[in-house]
Amino acid sequence: MPTKLIINCETGEQTEVELTAEEIAQREADAKAYEAELKAKEAEAAAKAEAKAELLAKLGITAEEAALLLS
Amino acid sequence: MANTYTLIASSTVGAGGASNIEFTSIPSTYTDLKLVTSLRMSSSGQWYTLKFNNSTSTYSDRYLLGSGSSAASGIDGGQPALAGSAEDSTYTANTFANSENYIPNYTSSNYKSYSGDGVQENNATASYMAFWANLWSTTSAITSIKIEAQGGVNFVQYSTAYLYGISNS
Repeated sequence: MPTKLIINCETGEQTEVELTAEEIAQREADAKAYEAELKAKEAEAAAKAEAKAELLAKLGITAEEAALLLS
Repeated sequence: MANTYTLIASSTVGAGGASNIEFTSIPSTYTDLKLVTSLRMSSSGQWYTLKFNNSTSTYSDRYLLGSGSSAASGIDGGQPALAGSAEDSTYTANTFANSENYIPNYTSSNYKSYSGDGVQENNATASYMAFWANLWSTTSAITSIKIEAQGGVNFVQYSTAYLYGISNS
């Protein structure tokens, strides 16, 4: 069972408490959302790289030559 | 010399790991708070969030980061927002990310600005460092701070968090 640490600053007492069913469900939702966000970012980066490669091919220049033009 | 920098409480994660670390009943007797962390996660990821008084709204942020190969800036927009670094589980074994957060005027009735800086450690190109400028648009005094890893993962054993109180006199 996942746990959380709670430190009471008045007493200095540290307790390890099991997560409630609601907290576990929230963590699972957070994990799924994070995974989806990562996948979306990867897809966006891949699409951008593909578009860049297509444009360079269309122009008939390399990435280094494109960088030189922009410098 | 006045004792203006006081350890309020600290925590070390035990063998089973922990889903979050929460400081509760924070005394209102200081001017500012400073949080110092050394964290590693049980799964892949880069960051942690700070949740004040268990609130999940009115957070905003701006960040600057370097990944080891590129730089970026932007807005996370999470509720709560990202605020510090935690070590990715795939990075060099037994290394931990280090971060600090500064929370001035935490008992004020104004909105709470807070900042953070964090670095990871990795024997490879990829290793993030970042700065955060954050705001919690709430007028309540901060009485608890919860540190949570992004993505619903655990902090591993020997991760630590120290909470200090800073007084202006």
